[in-house]
Amino acid sequence: MKLGFSQAEEEFRAECAEWLQSQLNGDFADIKGLPGMNSMIERRKDWEQRLAENRWSVIGWPEEWGGRNATIAQQVIFAEEYARAGGPNRANHIGVELAGPTILAFGTEEQKAKFLPGIANGTQIWCQGYSEPNAGSDLANVRTKARLEGDEWVVNGQKVWTSLAHYSDWIFVVARSEEGSKGPKGLTFLMMDMHQPGVEVRPIKQINGDAEFNETFFEDARCPADSLIGTPGDGWRVAMGLLAFERGVSTLGQQMGFRNELDAIIEAAKANGLAKDAVVRQRIAKAEIGLRLMRYGALRMLSNADTAQIDGAALTYKIQWATWRRDLGELAMDVLGQAGEIAEGEEYEWSALPNMFLFGRSDTIYGGTNQIQRNIIAERGLGLPREPRGDK
Amino acid sequence: MEFAFTDEQAMIAETVQAFFKDNATSERTRAAMEADGIDRELWTAFCTELGLAGVGLPEDFGGAGLGMVEFAIVAEAAGAQVAALPLLGLATAARAIAAGGSEEQKAQWLPRLVSGEAIAASQGIHGLTVVDNTLTGDVQFVPHGASADLFVFIGNDGAWIVRKDMPGVSVASHTTMDQTRPLATVSLAGVEAEPLADAAAAHHALQAGAWICLAAEALGGAQETLDRTVAYSLERVQFGRQIGSYQAYKHRLADMMVDIEQARSAVYWAACAVDEGSDEAQLALHSAKSFCADTYFMCAGNMIQLHGGIGFTWEHDAHLFFKRARSILSMYGNGDWHREQVAALIMGEAA
Repeated sequence: MKLGFSQAEEEFRAECAEWLQSQLNGDFADIKGLPGMNSMIERRKDWEQRLAENRWSVIGWPEEWGGRNATIAQQVIFAEEYARAGGPNRANHIGVELAGPTILAFGTEEQKAKFLPGIANGTQIWCQGYSEPNAGSDLANVRTKARLEGDEWVVNGQKVWTSLAHYSDWIFVVARSEEGSKGPKGLTFLMMDMHQPGVEVRPIKQINGDAEFNETFFEDARCPADSLIGTPGDGWRVAMGLLAFERGVSTLGQQMGFRNELDAIIEAAKANGLAKDAVVRQRIAKAEIGLRLMRYGALRMLSNADTAQIDGAALTYKIQWATWRRDLGELAMDVLGQAGEIAEGEEYEWSALPNMFLFGRSDTIYGGTNQIQRNIIAERGLGLPREPRGDK
Repeated sequence: MEFAFTDEQAMIAETVQAFFKDNATSERTRAAMEADGIDRELWTAFCTELGLAGVGLPEDFGGAGLGMVEFAIVAEAAGAQVAALPLLGLATAARAIAAGGSEEQKAQWLPRLVSGEAIAASQGIHGLTVVDNTLTGDVQFVPHGASADLFVFIGNDGAWIVRKDMPGVSVASHTTMDQTRPLATVSLAGVEAEPLADAAAAHHALQAGAWICLAAEALGGAQETLDRTVAYSLERVQFGRQIGSYQAYKHRLADMMVDIEQARSAVYWAACAVDEGSDEAQLALHSAKSFCADTYFMCAGNMIQLHGGIGFTWEHDAHLFFKRARSILSMYGNGDWHREQVAALIMGEAA
């Protein structure tokens, strides 16, 4: 057990930091520290390409696909330095973190050649088509239909909460391909071009006034017969495999964002005097401890990534960070007081901390609600019986 | 960076977990609770046959070398069975002597402590009258104080060894809520104490030892309360179903696991940080002590609740965990104090 980094790793850290800082204080200074996912999309795509040109976009991938075969420790270091240098949220994080690893793990050589270069260089932005109006927590209850017609799949149905669909080029869709099938059986995992007449995207305005989520409608949308990962009817296994990638190294970068949020709260508390208040100090200390434990939980999870046993740190990570961040939003508003309830201008637009407070209510919902997480932890981690279903 | 046990560490964990599971049985612990809270046979076996009392102590003086990670592994396993052992004394007094004692003091005491021949206890003495090295006053709440042959007392201006048989020392034991680690008052009437050469080093080592020991015990205890409650929830049937199938029940168990996994990160973060001399060590120690103590108390309380009436009986072991958890909350700084230290480290002093 060792927490320190080796000399070689520290040299790698210096190399990352130097390159990132030179870019983000130079050509890309305009998007340094840019919050959210929705603004300056074109510049963020340019940034993806600059990362790729220098082999920094997908460092954990094999070299033949634009990566560096980076070790876990190197990926940790890059994620930390990326956030420290003020790197903006990655425009193609769904492509880089979910679609790409899935294609690498389960895709054919043709699919790798077709998709991986575009993901690596940021010219193919991806979104995820899982949830539907009647398939939220019960994700397997997918009703979007796919049927094979000649050499094409034809897809009809509706997805919802598709983050970033409004500027994505590709979507992966879990659709029901076997008529009359139920639950996780009979689903197929398809990769579809968003730029076609059968796909329509409608933004959903969120409680913070922004619109990062969408409804995505498929009306006789099409993709070639070989656009599936795995085999027809095998989509659930692929979809679940993909979710495992969600707990990867990217969590370390996400934590650096949390670090900035907590630091902003501490600064606000110092500015208005609450930094001397014993109760506020307790709450800030609790948040600090929670953030540190998140980091060491993630390092445990990554250090155990190659073991087959159920890893408690991985299983509990989602509910841990989601709950922490929701609570952090509440702390932020308590520290800001009523000043936090007044927008900066006339528009219904929020500065970082009040926005984080509002957005934080989604953290405990998306990607599996806290309640679903508890079911998963209890059933997979503790071996408790499943809740009986009402529809069987 | 490799935040996982090495093969050697995994082997130590397996050995020590099996040892405490097999030997620190409920029956034997309860027998010790009727006496002075120490299972002598267990302590002797731990020190001699297992030879793990010297973990984290220098090999030149009978120790086993290794570091705080290995010590935490041992304390976690002991805590899991609420073993009735003076392990905390070893974690504090022996480490203080190893870090701040003269060569002579180390040679005199460490081999005897590591072999189990002598039992040590320690406490802070900030309210005492100290003139040169003469100590006068009552030292309260000394864990296993009535069983100790030797005390290490730490004050603002020094650290001292006091032997039970020194003139002026008297010890009064108290019936204590956690009978596996009873507290005593040690009264000192002009005791000529033996100063430790480097008080600051002793103080630092003692605190790190205490906080890691208690945090690791809490982690082990919390995990055990979860495991035992899961087992019960699979046996017990109500309304025609195993009670562990109800969400109201299983979600509470899931919440226990969420905090326990964080407690695990906390203990081994702190232990690694101390072993590696990291800048984060103080932050990690305060985080670990406060978080793990809270986690254990929450879990032990849930264990009683989730067992229903049987969990409230003397016969059931739930109260052993619950009372140990309660005592850890207050020992060597309560949660609020540790969190205030964290706040001071990250945002400066309050005043």
